[in-house]
Amino acid sequence: MTPVSEIDVTVETARELGLTADEYANIVQALGRTPSYTELGIYSVMWSEHCSYKNSILQLKTLPRTSARMLVAMGEENAGVIDVGDGYGVAFKIESHNHPSAVEPFQGAATGVGGILRDIFTMGARPIAALNSLRFGEPDSERTKYLIKGVVHGIGHYGNCFGVPTVAGEVYFDRCYTDNPLVNAMAVGVVRADRMASATAEGPGNPVFIMGSSTGRDGIHGASLLASREFDDETENMRPTVQVGDPFAEKLLLEASLELIEAGVVVGMQDMGAAGISCSTSEMSAKGGVGMTINLDKVPLREADMSAYEIMLSESQERMLVVVQKGREAEAAAICEKWDVPFVQIGEVTEDPHVTVYRHGSLVARVPAISLVLGGEAPVYVREQREPEYLQLTRKPVDNGPTLHQAECTGILKKLLAAPTIASKRWIYEQYDSQVGTNTVIRADGDAAVLRIKELPGKAVAVTTDCNSRYVYLNPHKGGMIAVAEAARNVVCTGALPVAVTNCLNFGNPYDPEVYWQFAEAVRGMGDACRALDTPVTGGNVSFHNESQQHAVYPTPTIGMLGLIDDVDTVVGSSFPASGLAVVLLGTQRADLGGSEYLHTMKERIYGDAPYFDMDEELRLQQLTLQAIRDGLVTNAHDVSEGGLLVALAEMTFGSGVGIDVSISTEHTAGFLFGESQSRIIVGVDVQHVDELRRRCETSRVDVDVIGTTGGSRFVVRNLVDEDVSDLRNVWEGSLPAILSTSIAQV
Amino acid sequence: MNVGVVTFPGSNCDADARWAAGLDGSTVHKLWHKDTSLPTGLDLVILPGGFSYGDYLRTGAIARFSPIMNEVISFANRGGLVMGICNGFQILCEAGLLPGALIRNSDLSFICKDVYLRVENDSTPFTISTGSSSQQPTVLRIPIAHGEGRYTTSDADLRRLEDTGRVVFRYCDPDGTVSETSNPNGSMKNIAGIVNDSGNVLGMMPHPERAANDLIGSADGLTIFRSLAAFVERTTAATV
Repeated sequence: MTPVSEIDVTVETARELGLTADEYANIVQALGRTPSYTELGIYSVMWSEHCSYKNSILQLKTLPRTSARMLVAMGEENAGVIDVGDGYGVAFKIESHNHPSAVEPFQGAATGVGGILRDIFTMGARPIAALNSLRFGEPDSERTKYLIKGVVHGIGHYGNCFGVPTVAGEVYFDRCYTDNPLVNAMAVGVVRADRMASATAEGPGNPVFIMGSSTGRDGIHGASLLASREFDDETENMRPTVQVGDPFAEKLLLEASLELIEAGVVVGMQDMGAAGISCSTSEMSAKGGVGMTINLDKVPLREADMSAYEIMLSESQERMLVVVQKGREAEAAAICEKWDVPFVQIGEVTEDPHVTVYRHGSLVARVPAISLVLGGEAPVYVREQREPEYLQLTRKPVDNGPTLHQAECTGILKKLLAAPTIASKRWIYEQYDSQVGTNTVIRADGDAAVLRIKELPGKAVAVTTDCNSRYVYLNPHKGGMIAVAEAARNVVCTGALPVAVTNCLNFGNPYDPEVYWQFAEAVRGMGDACRALDTPVTGGNVSFHNESQQHAVYPTPTIGMLGLIDDVDTVVGSSFPASGLAVVLLGTQRADLGGSEYLHTMKERIYGDAPYFDMDEELRLQQLTLQAIRDGLVTNAHDVSEGGLLVALAEMTFGSGVGIDVSISTEHTAGFLFGESQSRIIVGVDVQHVDELRRRCETSRVDVDVIGTTGGSRFVVRNLVDEDVSDLRNVWEGSLPAILSTSIAQV
Repeated sequence: MNVGVVTFPGSNCDADARWAAGLDGSTVHKLWHKDTSLPTGLDLVILPGGFSYGDYLRTGAIARFSPIMNEVISFANRGGLVMGICNGFQILCEAGLLPGALIRNSDLSFICKDVYLRVENDSTPFTISTGSSSQQPTVLRIPIAHGEGRYTTSDADLRRLEDTGRVVFRYCDPDGTVSETSNPNGSMKNIAGIVNDSGNVLGMMPHPERAANDLIGSADGLTIFRSLAAFVERTTAATV
């Protein structure tokens, strides 16, 4: 039987839906006939970059993807899961929602949070933390302020109402993100290893249910058209492709899902994000080697006259596809009724490995599930690469600047502390509930957050997101390595062992060979660092086409890092907690202004190479620091990153207000004081432990410099800065509110 | 002490309240919004924080009509202890168990941070173990997390609350000074928590259950749970 088509399909129809002529020919071949319009719609979303990873998968396969701690293989399920012992796992994943957030910042960011939370609880894990990595243009335009406020409000609205603490994040500002902001959302959950749910359909005859919100016309072609093209004059018209979020519905969906899994009635479960019913039915079927028949007349609709095409492609939020064990439907229905969550059977699992879809009694689609999915017959492309021409311009030596004296040095320090990328993000994070769940041990303002695991007394996890995209722009391979290394370093600074990575790879148009070279090189760098640190990549997502007017964003491979803590009492923060401590710099001081915030703020240019980085040196530093924290030798730790040594020192005084008095033994050039050469950590040390720490540094071949002591309320760097801590803190704290609290008209 | 914690659809601090209430060995019962009776022997009912029914209409406005609220109201009228935290406070106001309303914060943003509370009345069941006195008021560090926590009421009600010592907690500086800068949301008279006429129903915007362990930032909230346990013990002893 040939499916009914609403309109006649030709290669032109395929092009309008974002498919190429070759892809259309492959569809015709896979089906042995011309596809119906609904079938073509299904292929267009499933073979979109967003769902198929067709342009990235060959590179992603070069990443290290295994470890004894991983409970599921990369890409096998909705999120990676790491064994934390005693029968529990931690599920975590990061995902982008860049394009929707650019078009409609509030809903775009909100549904980004909602989507990543569903990825976690669809596996049976209860979310315990949310993080986000945000990038905007310089906050000097009305549009950028509108985007920032909308995104922050959207993240807070969704996470606060749902009841997950938003505990960490990073916010960078750079001109390259003006038209195309990046909104990457990460979530972390805890699951009992023997209660994990799988996104697999099994057992012909088992009923297939749709659970959660009704299906509307929102989000149609969100993945295939909006997320898979660049920004241009047409983009504003794409606002209807952005989904609308309902965190209250998601909260009920969470509780009902976990209770269904707990009751043991679930065969398999997958959330509906990109490509909605098309994606969940085909992926679950393909993974189980089965098929499904689906009757769209059963799907609860917001508008009764929706066509098969619209229903299959809708990206309405807060929905799940659930395969239930035959005979236990009533039990499942009772749980959903308890939570007032709609739960309707729409089909059943079949031995025949096709997804077969009916609407108004007619067959509208009949597609081999395997032909739609990544790892099946979805296309895989080798893309052309070429080293970008801009590197000829940026690759030039950066001098270390003149020797600085007090007035000048103090002025630069204050300018950097006020730079939006460095300034306190309090204005943002106080709008997020960071404590619900009563697990938040450290809410991060820069380094990593720490969450205790109530189920495992004494244990905790540290989580962070990180990527300095300027470094990746200047040197994708080294920049990719640094992104991983710095994420690991942030986790180490709390006393956690870095164990696994999730990544969100934000790049421009993959059909541009220069962009693709950046992508391949950055992935190669990440892979090298992940192998060295033994932190496999457990999953994540790729977001291409982040560009406008032929202008790509900086290549931004955001790293989400998970660290494990066996004894939560050993955790340390970043601020100096008391007077009378030794201030100790671990790692080698080098003058290197390449790609620094100093260049960006003082010279308004980014050039040079990514800053100095050596993987072996980094590993030695991290191992030494982690052991020193675990053994109680240090009171607090913070790594040197954006803004360099003096900014890091200042940040360490803001939390407690305890001052420092230190001397810098190197030359007093900007290169040493504000450069961002990697692999440096500042720690506070009880004076009685200083000799022991020195001994360990000697054994580990890590440079160590006791640069001064804590005490008083002034920030003193001999001959360079002598200011009240509170004055510097006011500069750091006051910057973003001053920029953002000016009332703005909606753009 | 026997504690019941109500779960409304959209409650998200119910598990936290159960955890904190159980730390001192109290028996904790899960109560469901559709329940039409309360377990016997209950000493305290907690209406926890969250976004009941999404707070889409008006905070607490729909939860107030949940079947269990009839039971909570009769329980309170019989003298049972009721504590509404954050969204629970909003529900108590909607249900008419407490006067006034919680409206949008003065800066229109959701705010999550630690605040300081001055204990204004140490004779309520919720504060008898706080060691507060008018000469030396106790200051507690407890977090807030709300978008609509600006307490407001009629002038007449405000006067009655003040005259009868029913303002239990006020936002203050770390040293106990009540000032405009220590008021996070624009509440009238820096009010963070109040009790009803009889003193057995408390509503407070800050989250004592989030300040029940030093590991997560503060243990100051425990003094409220300890006060309740001490009060219940004293009352039980008096009855026996």
